[in-house]
Amino acid sequence: MLDPTTPLEGVSDRLASPPLPVELIGLYYETGGKRVINDLNATIDTRRITVIMGPNGAGKSILLRLMHGLIAPTKGEILWAGRRMDRAMAYRQAMVFQRPVLLRRSVAANVSHALGLHGIERGKRAICVDEALKLAGLEDHASTPARVLSGGEQQRLCLARALSLDPDVLFLDEPTSSLDPASTLAIERLLLDAQRRGIKVILVTHDVGQARRLAHDVMFLHHGRVIEHQDAENFFEDTHSEGARAFLSGGLVL
Amino acid sequence: MIDRLRKRIVLALGLALLLAPVASTGSFAADDDFIIVQSTTSTQNSGLFDHVLPKFTDRTGIEVRVVAVGTGQALKNARNGDGDVVLVHSKPDEEKFVADGWGVKRHDVMYNDFVIVGPASDPAGISGLKDADQALEKIAEAEAPFASRGDNSGTHKAELRLWKKTSVDPTHSSGDWYLETGSGMGATLNTAVGKHAYTLTDRGTWLSFANKSDFKVLVQGDPKLFNQYGVILVNPEKHARVKAEKGKAFVDWLTSGEGQKAIASYKIDGQQLFFPNARPGT
Amino acid sequence: MTDFIDAFRTALGLIVGLNPDLVEILILSIKVSLTAVAIASLLGFAIGGALAVYRFPGRGAVSAVLSALMGLPPVVAGLIVYLLLSNVGPLGVLQLLYTPTAMIIAQVILVTPIIGALTRQACQDLLEEYDEQLRSLGASSSAIVVTLLWDGRYRLITAVLAGFGRAIAEVGAVMIVGGNIDHVTRTMTTAIALETSKGNIALALALGIVLLTIALAVNASLIWVQRLANRLAYA
Repeated sequence: MLDPTTPLEGVSDRLASPPLPVELIGLYYETGGKRVINDLNATIDTRRITVIMGPNGAGKSILLRLMHGLIAPTKGEILWAGRRMDRAMAYRQAMVFQRPVLLRRSVAANVSHALGLHGIERGKRAICVDEALKLAGLEDHASTPARVLSGGEQQRLCLARALSLDPDVLFLDEPTSSLDPASTLAIERLLLDAQRRGIKVILVTHDVGQARRLAHDVMFLHHGRVIEHQDAENFFEDTHSEGARAFLSGGLVL
Repeated sequence: MIDRLRKRIVLALGLALLLAPVASTGSFAADDDFIIVQSTTSTQNSGLFDHVLPKFTDRTGIEVRVVAVGTGQALKNARNGDGDVVLVHSKPDEEKFVADGWGVKRHDVMYNDFVIVGPASDPAGISGLKDADQALEKIAEAEAPFASRGDNSGTHKAELRLWKKTSVDPTHSSGDWYLETGSGMGATLNTAVGKHAYTLTDRGTWLSFANKSDFKVLVQGDPKLFNQYGVILVNPEKHARVKAEKGKAFVDWLTSGEGQKAIASYKIDGQQLFFPNARPGT
Repeated sequence: MTDFIDAFRTALGLIVGLNPDLVEILILSIKVSLTAVAIASLLGFAIGGALAVYRFPGRGAVSAVLSALMGLPPVVAGLIVYLLLSNVGPLGVLQLLYTPTAMIIAQVILVTPIIGALTRQACQDLLEEYDEQLRSLGASSSAIVVTLLWDGRYRLITAVLAGFGRAIAEVGAVMIVGGNIDHVTRTMTTAIALETSKGNIALALALGIVLLTIALAVNASLIWVQRLANRLAYA
């Protein structure tokens, strides 16, 4: 189990270089007759952790997928350092989903498979796999079938797998919403460390406490638009919008 | 690491096991020493081939592969070139086969006879009749069940020739008492026994049939029940694949003294099934 | 009833005595069906995986046809191959009629749709779970197919066993294209048909019992594989 007080070891010192700023220009996304993203405009140019928050149905998950290139906007553009996303850029992004998605193979094989998809030869993968397992605190479970791990362990593995791909940008869609506090802490520690190494972390979360702990930059979504976007300190102390204020105080935002 | 090695070994073993049968199926083998004879189910079911063919193979080293279907189908297959020799028992059709150019020459090989068999209870009362078509007439009158081959075979055509001599067209009652099985002799006999039906069969198949129940031979000896077998080499000029030399060797052997003796020596319970009658020098 | 008792006695005698004819027929049946299933598996995995992952116009129709072909009657498959391989048919020059190879071809046609359709279903189910993650990891469509096939391996094994069960038990196809030639193309099923038509009911039943035993063994291994998969959480 990861000890939150000791510094992480064996982590590469390479600094990531995310293509910032990210510009979301006039984004629309419609599905099933519904307009989920409705003229969304924003610019993210900080290298620190950006947290996207908002009530259910605000479009947070969809926005994340749009930025990661999993779905295409109905209208509008997403520019990374002024360029549209291409294959090369896509390879330098990774995502962790709300529920851990692991293949029906061992823990080590899951990481190895992902590395393989990124074109890393079998012979060269071992080191990355070991590093990833150490990061996730799962070195002792290398040959365990990944799907028998606990929820927290699985999500740690997913995060470690994503990090092993050496991404510049890391998206997370409510990664700890169903995890116990210890696992949540482990994940958060990994995220802070990732940010320290230069990786741009964009995190969707429901958990206000988590946002407070991690965020340096907060984007508040409502009805498919950005209602508020400012740095965390100001957001939590002195939020501008009514929606955000209601959300933060635990009320239902319609 | 050891797990991976173990996995690899198991995979390799499994693959080897899977491919071993493939490797040895080898029907592309250069072993070309065989001919295909299109013949009839009745001849095969009688067991004649099991008795006679090994003698030919011993003599010549040529394997004989018999495809047993109805006479009609055997001739059709031969017409398509899917055989080297044809051995059936329907003289008019055989002569037409040669006349149309599909066969080289027709030779008499052997004969036996047809018999009408039926349940011991003999509902139509035909036992002992000397006239086959008279027996069929009585069966039709009594509307007693009768199983017909219904498959364009030599036996079927012989049966139809007999019906022509009566005043009855049994096909009008197909499905009532006249049961057209569309099957080989053995299968038809099974149906006949199962349905307590009369049927026309060649003696050879009947003698070797193992499911007789209480059935008996009820009508025999009518010259109209004479059943002649003929053998024909498929015309190699029509189909390049025909193994003319080997096929001719078989035809020659079958009609020679040795082959004819082999045919005559086939007996079941001391009874001879086929009577060789190849004319010498043909 | 006596037929059944005779049959069991005969069967036991044949099996225990390792009757050479029986052994020869058994080996041929297994050779033919095993080979056919091996080939059908390669084809079926590829077709099923591709159908699940790649999008193209008419995809739904192809999937429907594949599923429908699972019910292709063996005699029809046999007839089709027969027409192709006959001396006067388009592939007549190969001279494959009445050989074990022809039987294998016919059974490949029978079994491929089964494995293909079951593979497609397995891959589709897996895809629902994996699609986003795999695309996030940068997998190309072909990489996704390979990933799904390996991940669905237990379900695929089930499909293969189902295909083998179908192949070893059918008589229509092998009878027509093989010709039931003694020592060459006579399998368990065609031998049963022949012995039945000769009235040798006891022997036919005996062969049937042996065939049934194989079918039961196949089904038993199916259940065992599924249990194993569940135990390893690989189901």
